[in-house]
Amino acid sequence: MALTGLEIFKLLPKTNCKKCGKPTCLAFAMALAQKRAKLEECPDVSDEAKEKLSAASAPPMRKVIFGTGDHQVQVGQETVCFRHEEKFHNPAVLGVTVSDKLDAEAMKKRIESINSLQFERIGIKIGVRTITIVNDSGSPELFAKAAEAVKEGSDLAIILVTDLPDAMAAAVTKVKDRIPLIGCATPKNAEAMAKIAAENKCPLIAKAESIEALSELTEKISGSGVEDIVLTIDGESVKDKLYNYSRIRVLSLKKGFRPLGYPTISFVTGSDDDQVALGVSCICKYSGIVIVDTIEPYALLPMLTAVMNIFTDPQKPVQVEPKIYSIGEPDENSPVMFTTNFSLTYYTVESDVEASRIPSYILVVDTEGTSVLTAYSGDKLNEKTVADAMKKYGIESMVKHRKLIIPGYVAVMSGKLEEATNWEIMVGPRECSMLPKYLKEVWN
Amino acid sequence: MPLPEITDSFTGSVNRITLGATKENGGTRTNTVTIGGARNVVYGGSFEDASEKPVIAMDVLDTRPRDWPDALVQAYDDVMDSPGDWAKKCVEEFGAELICIKFDGIHPDKDDKDADHAVKVTEEVLKSVGVPLILWGSRNDEKDNQVMPKVSGAAKGEKCLIGTISEINYKSLTAIAMADGHYLISEAPIDINIAKQVNILASDMGFPLERIVTFQATGALGYGIEYAYSIQERQRLAALTGDKMMAMPAICDVGYESWRAKEAKLEDAPGWGSIADRGPMWEATTAVCLLQAGVDIIRMRHPRSVAVVKNFINKVWS
Ligand code: B12
Ligand code: SF4
Repeated sequence: MALTGLEIFKLLPKTNCKKCGKPTCLAFAMALAQKRAKLEECPDVSDEAKEKLSAASAPPMRKVIFGTGDHQVQVGQETVCFRHEEKFHNPAVLGVTVSDKLDAEAMKKRIESINSLQFERIGIKIGVRTITIVNDSGSPELFAKAAEAVKEGSDLAIILVTDLPDAMAAAVTKVKDRIPLIGCATPKNAEAMAKIAAENKCPLIAKAESIEALSELTEKISGSGVEDIVLTIDGESVKDKLYNYSRIRVLSLKKGFRPLGYPTISFVTGSDDDQVALGVSCICKYSGIVIVDTIEPYALLPMLTAVMNIFTDPQKPVQVEPKIYSIGEPDENSPVMFTTNFSLTYYTVESDVEASRIPSYILVVDTEGTSVLTAYSGDKLNEKTVADAMKKYGIESMVKHRKLIIPGYVAVMSGKLEEATNWEIMVGPRECSMLPKYLKEVWN
Repeated sequence: MPLPEITDSFTGSVNRITLGATKENGGTRTNTVTIGGARNVVYGGSFEDASEKPVIAMDVLDTRPRDWPDALVQAYDDVMDSPGDWAKKCVEEFGAELICIKFDGIHPDKDDKDADHAVKVTEEVLKSVGVPLILWGSRNDEKDNQVMPKVSGAAKGEKCLIGTISEINYKSLTAIAMADGHYLISEAPIDINIAKQVNILASDMGFPLERIVTFQATGALGYGIEYAYSIQERQRLAALTGDKMMAMPAICDVGYESWRAKEAKLEDAPGWGSIADRGPMWEATTAVCLLQAGVDIIRMRHPRSVAVVKNFINKVWS
């Protein structure tokens, strides 16, 4: 956690020698606290002070990376509890389990199904990003074999889960070049597990039944040289787990409590439907990694969409590319309407135009990702931006008619727009949900 | 190392509201429903600080909807022409804790039904179920001003939740809700300041703030839920830090919004799974997501989504 100016001052030489360019040590301390100065600018600061200050400036939640190449994933390093305060930085990673009890054929099929859980939304690829091998068999050989099969069959980042150090040692050697996340270290096996993690340079999951036990456990693990840790709470009700993940978030970010300053992982079980509900709760409330058993696309798609939405930057709206979109198979007699490039606006309009079943062109004007009225009042949507977009994307050559339907909320721009384009302006409904009815009435 | 204490406890709380009037209280409801009361954010602090269990209000439309997707029609086809039977099915078979009569049929662009029709529907539903009711207008200001006061009168004394009032149209409904002993839904377009403004306007007319529930326009999963999510979180935080104009429980409209989503409606979508599963799960996910931000009443439609969300709430709120 960041130190205050006074706390930093206590660690400085207090000689006021001015070599740092500041009149006093206190002034330098204040500048440091506000990140207007760098510690190196004081030549006389002690090693002890350096260590304390650099520890204090480390992020309150550690970043943990596993997997390799394009399939590397990164979790943690979150800075806020509520997305509107700043943003959530590293989208929750969704993963699916593979049991080492499956026979070769079933395992191959399951791995393939997991690989195929990839989707596209609003022009962005989203999908399952990790595959979790679970040592249900208790056998080191089977666990190692499963690890090999997954390595063979999937490029996704790998997580290895067993409480048995022997099994872990056997499996990790097969996949260590893929930098798996391994676990779980518990209060009982921590030493052995930490040793395996250190030797193979893998991040380690720490698992305990309470956050008190968890913080003792991470102290022990980091004491043995493993710094990349992921936390999980075991053995309590779903409710207790969710409350505990929230406490961990607050203790690490608000209290700077180092032993809990790590990302978390949740293992979600139950019926396919229940996994979606719990999974989404974990995604919103502070699990960096969420592992499910289900491989149903209908279950994964909403969870992945939730990740996408919750982790968008609240300061920077999601946008669609400004251009002409064809809905259905429009021809030279089809209606033309415009909207803005704010994803929310565009997709709302798109689904209503689709619902009308009248093939149409939607001209998307670049409004820097703002809604119709926001753009209009911010002067990003006016006769000039619309006319320019019509020209730029060549709507004139796509239709024979010269009629443009505009959103009802910006009816006031009709006159000027007619002048700027020489097209007939038709004022559409305010809510695009009325577009199907409107189109049926005016376009027949 | 001992755990540091989490000291920043909040001073404010969300209002606690009891909807519905039983016989002792001058109504005909067989049970009441209490919502609100949160003293922390969702999962924040200890369980004692959590809100009352969030509840599910199932939508019943006053006239047969013409644009509902098959998955919903299948669930209600036999009762869609009878709001009373429809409500009964929701309560008895699907466990609805509230019934929300949505008066779409009065909208001039839809069936343009009159006040007599709306009153009849209200009476039918009051007779067929014992749970408290929500009475939700068509969002056509002129028509709502004609019809909703009559609807309010038909349910006088039942302590219904009636709405919505907005910044530009609040006077007639606020006055009648006050006279008939109902609770009000104040609506704002994902905007804290407008929400406050509507509450102030109602309060200036003498309507008690403790009898208001706020409705911040809902966005479905994938269609703007992040704005709804953050506005609900900010509203909850405002309530907890003592802002009396924002201390109302919140309602959201998950059913309508999520069933407009392409994922719920598009029949032919290879790789997305069967449409029969997608729609209900889109609705359930939207609901669970908003529950994380802090909402107290969720309007929903599909029985399977309702079952999933109820199951989730039961696990986490008891
Ligand atoms: C969220 C929001 C913001 C966000 C921006 C979010 C974004 N990415 O756009 C922020 C906080 C940044 C913002 C800023 C501002 N905002 Co603002 N904002 C809103 C709010 C609350 C919601 C907007 C939204 O997302 N709507 C949802 C989308 C889907 O709606 P939509 O784009 O209009 O699309 C609908 C219809 O227009 C229609 N439609 C869309 N396309 C088409 C096409 C056709 C053919 C048809 C027929 C229909 C149609 O269908 C859609 C669904 O119904 C509105 C309030 C409101 N009632 O909308 C105010 C609002 C739009 N904002 C407003 C204002 C004044 C501003 C600011 C100028 C404030 C300021 N002084 O700084 C700035 C401008 C910023 C700038 N310089 O660009 C005013 C506009 C006033 C007016 N009547 O012109 C509003 C109405 C609030 C108010 N009542 O005062 N805003
Ligand atoms: S250089 Fe170091 S010791 Fe000298 S004034 Fe600056 S902070 Fe103090």
